[in-house]
Parts: sequence; C-alpha cells; structure tokens
Amino acid sequence: MAHKKHVLPGFGISLGWSVTWVSLLVILPLAALAGKTAAGGWHHFWETVTDPEVVATYRVSFGISLIAALINGIFGFLAAWIFVRYEFPGRRLLEAATDLPFALPTAVAGIALTALYSPNEWIGKWLEPHGIKVAFAPLGVLIAMIFIGFPFVVRAVQPVIADLSADVEEAAACLGASRWQTIRRVILPPLLPAILTGVIMSYGRAVGEYGSIVFISGNIPFQTEITPLMIVQKLEQYDYTGAAALGFTMLAASLVIVLIGNRLQAWGNRFRKHA
Amino acid sequence: MASFIDFRNPPGSDRRADNAVRATAEPRWVRRTLIGIVLGFFALFLFLPLAVVFQGALAKGSGVLIQAFTDHDILHSVQMTLVVALIAVPANTAFGIAAAWAVTRYRFTGRALLMALIDLPLWVSPVIGGLIYVLLYGRRGYFGPWLSAHDIRIIFALPGMVMATTFVTFPFVARSLIPLMQAQGVEEEEAALTLGAGGFQILRRITLPKIRWGLFYGVILCNARAMGEFGAVSVVSAKISGKTNTMPLEIERLYNDYLFPQAFAVAAALALLALLTLVLKTLTEFENARQLEASRRVTLETTIEPPSAA
Repeated sequence: MAHKKHVLPGFGISLGWSVTWVSLLVILPLAALAGKTAAGGWHHFWETVTDPEVVATYRVSFGISLIAALINGIFGFLAAWIFVRYEFPGRRLLEAATDLPFALPTAVAGIALTALYSPNEWIGKWLEPHGIKVAFAPLGVLIAMIFIGFPFVVRAVQPVIADLSADVEEAAACLGASRWQTIRRVILPPLLPAILTGVIMSYGRAVGEYGSIVFISGNIPFQTEITPLMIVQKLEQYDYTGAAALGFTMLAASLVIVLIGNRLQAWGNRFRKHA
Repeated sequence: MASFIDFRNPPGSDRRADNAVRATAEPRWVRRTLIGIVLGFFALFLFLPLAVVFQGALAKGSGVLIQAFTDHDILHSVQMTLVVALIAVPANTAFGIAAAWAVTRYRFTGRALLMALIDLPLWVSPVIGGLIYVLLYGRRGYFGPWLSAHDIRIIFALPGMVMATTFVTFPFVARSLIPLMQAQGVEEEEAALTLGAGGFQILRRITLPKIRWGLFYGVILCNARAMGEFGAVSVVSAKISGKTNTMPLEIERLYNDYLFPQAFAVAAALALLALLTLVLKTLTEFENARQLEASRRVTLETTIEPPSAA
C-alpha cells in the first residue's frame, strides 16, 4: 500500500518518545530477563523450574487460580446479567463497587482478607468450629484469587449482554420455548465467548497475583506458596539466574494465557457482528 | 434493535401482561434469588473486606489513629508514596498522550507491536515488574558492577522504586486515550492545521480539551495503582522503614510486627484513596460516554449537512 504522507504534525516526536519509553521500560529489561535466563544455562534452568518446592507452587498459582476463575465466571455472569436486565435499589452502587479489586491496593486487600478469615476474626470464628481453615490454608489463597479476579468477568460480559438483541428472545418465546430453554439455547451461546474471555483474564490476573495472597496464604512450603513468591525468595538469596528462569517461565505462561484470551475475544466479536 | 419489552421493569400487576412477560423475563422469584445471590457475593467478597479495614483502623480509638499519623516512619512512608507517584504519574501521562497520538493518528510498521508492548504490564506478574530491573541494575545485574563503581544506587533505592512503579502503571493513560481518540477522529485537528496552527498549538488547544475526560480517567487509575503498588515495589525496595518504605510496604512491616491498629490505619488511608478513585472513575465514565455521544452526533450532523455560516 502506498504510504499516505502523514497529515498531522508530530509523528517523529510522538513515536520517538513512545518507542524510547517502551524500550527503556520494557524491551531492555525483558532482554535482561532473557539474557539472565540464558546465562544460567539449560541445566540450571531445568533444575530451577522442576525443583519440587517450585513445582508445588504451580499447583497453587496455576491450579487454585483456575478454580477461582471458574467461580468468578459464574458469579461474574450473574452480576453482569442483573446489572443489565434487572432494576433494584442499589444497582448503581454495586456496579461502581465491582471495580473495587482494581482500585484497592493489593496489600490492603491482603490484610483485610486475612483479618476476616483468621481463626478468631469475623468470619473465621464461625468456620473454625466446623474445622474449616481459610487463612493460612489453600482456601485462603482461593478467596484472595476470587477477590482480585472478579471484575474481569463482569467487565467482559456486561457489554455483550447489553448488546443482545431482544427479538431473538421474543422469537424463541413465540415459538413456544420456555424461559429456561430460551436462556440455555438462545441467550447463553452468544455470551459464551465473552464469559470465557472474562474467565481467562481473571485467571491470568490470579496466576501473577502476589500482594493480596502472601498475607492470607501464610506461605507454607508445598502447600500455599505461590510461584511469584519463589521469584522473590530467589532474589533475596541473590540467585539472579534462578529468579530469571522462574520469571521467564511465568512470563511465557502469562503470554499463552493472554493469547488464548485474545483469540476468544476475536471469536466473540465475530459472533457479535453476525448475530 | 429496540424491543418493546422493557427488561428492567416488566409489569407485574396485570396478570395477562405478566403471562406475556414470562416468556422474555425470568419469574419474580428467580429475579429476587439472583439479586440475593449477587448481593451476598458482593457483601462477602467486596464490602466485608472494606469494612474490616475501617473497623481495624478505628477499633482502638482515635488516639491510635493520631499516633499512627504522627509517627515518623509512617509519615515517611506517606511521603515516599507521594514522591514515587509524583514522578511516575506525570511521566506516564506524557508518555500516554504521545503514544496515543502516535498510534491513533498514523499508520506505521510496528504499530501493532507498540500497542502489544503498551499492554504488557497489565498481564505480567507485578513481581516480574520488579525482577526485570533487579536483573539490570541490581548488585549482580548487567549494570550492577558499573553502578557500584560509580556509587550509584538504583535498586533498593528511590530510582528503582520509581522505575518499577512506572512499569506497572504505564498502560493506564495510553489505554484510556487510544479508544477515545480513535472514536473522535482527526477532523478538528486537520481543520486547525489548514488554518495555520502548529503541532503544539493543535495539541494544546484542540486535542487536549477534546480528550480531557479520558485523560483524567487514565490519570486517576494510573495514580491509584502507583500509590497502591506492592509486588513490583517490594522487590526493588530495601524495605527499610523510615527510608525506602512506601505505604503498602509499611502496611506489611506494621502487620508483620503485630502493630495491627497502625497497619489498618495506613490501610484505611489507602482504602479511602481507592473509594475516591472509584467515585471519580464512575463520574468520569458518565461524562466520557456523554462526550463520545456528542462527538458522534457532531460528526453525523456535519456529514449530513454542511455547517451554516453562523
């Protein structure tokens, strides 16, 4: 394509500035991450990422966050649905409060959740007699991951529900479908890509989360330690190549997650246009 | 297309109407149950944690609060948070405007890559946001030996904390400006150009007023994250109370020292900031939607009929 000459001035300065900034803040440091990972050698890399304690953290960071993301998928969809379709007192307040996990610093969320679920505290004291341990146990990690991932599903699903055209629902009803049949076979299919996109995004956030989890998890080796914590520990021991190896692995995993999310979103958008 | 059925207010008094509505809305008991479930979820996961923060801060009375916010180390952490945000937020605002301008005004090779890199901090672990700078500037990092030979400290000092914060917060302004500037188009800027305006004149007098709400939106989100960042900053800070602790790091220190009322006092201050951010964000979203609608209408009107001489 013949390049149209740029009409507005400022191409050089705006692009130059952006590229310099991105290079200094992202490209150069990521190159250092790749470099340090490579400097450790293949053997060291493999030994670091397959260390039994580290492998146990994958179960938490990649496993528990998957459960959290699925739970968020259900409640996020419900919240988005009632925000768009129902009128009730306090709806606006709930809508605004949805983004609280984005706005609340993770350290604040961390100590708040720990305080709620510690054995002698608000919720913890009700659960303790039943033998349910939340704080300093895997369940606490799950709670923190639900907290920080929740807004993603609502934000992904809400605009799509608002876009749904009512005539297909009316048509389904005219053709004799019950409301439940309409929901299951007419409403949910076009929403599925958006729900999955939200689930994947909330999964990605939970995988990398650090601040809110380290307080409530108690950081028990082989039980509640998360992978980002392993990176922090390696850095504290000045094991740069080990930290880099784990950082590189997490970066690659996050990249895969975000690419899946983008594919899902593209799929959903195509669905929307043809609807 | 527009429906004749108002989803939010299905008529309930008229039985025949109720039968008609049943087909396209859930029965009342289902609606109430769903609202109840969501309310319960919000109460358990969002409102209770918030309540426990304020309760924890106020539990021991105002004496502890006053004592906390006259404590030297805590005050220093407030100062550190403000200094870090005061550097990172304006820097990222300038970058955000430049990046949004470049990406929405021109087509060039690598444009998609630039946009992908702008998004990157949103999906990587904040710990990696600290790690990458340690690998560059830390004691055993690539520039470590040179820096220590020249007695320059970046890691475990303010510059590193500013860098890590800048990394995790730089997508916000650019991300909120790009869709807005894309939707608004460039007609006014081009008109100004034909009337002889220079680049910075266009930016200052046409573009900035047009995007001011989107810009404000990005800046408050950027600021909230900058002041609240924990993971990235905890990696690059020496975590010395009274020296290199920001407010979130000071919360961790107080909490680990079992100084719970003080920890919750600092947490309550940050929670208030979060609430203020949410209020401003919600108000800005309304204003943003209104402006976008207005600009669409103007574009539509001007394309249908040329503006009159008046």
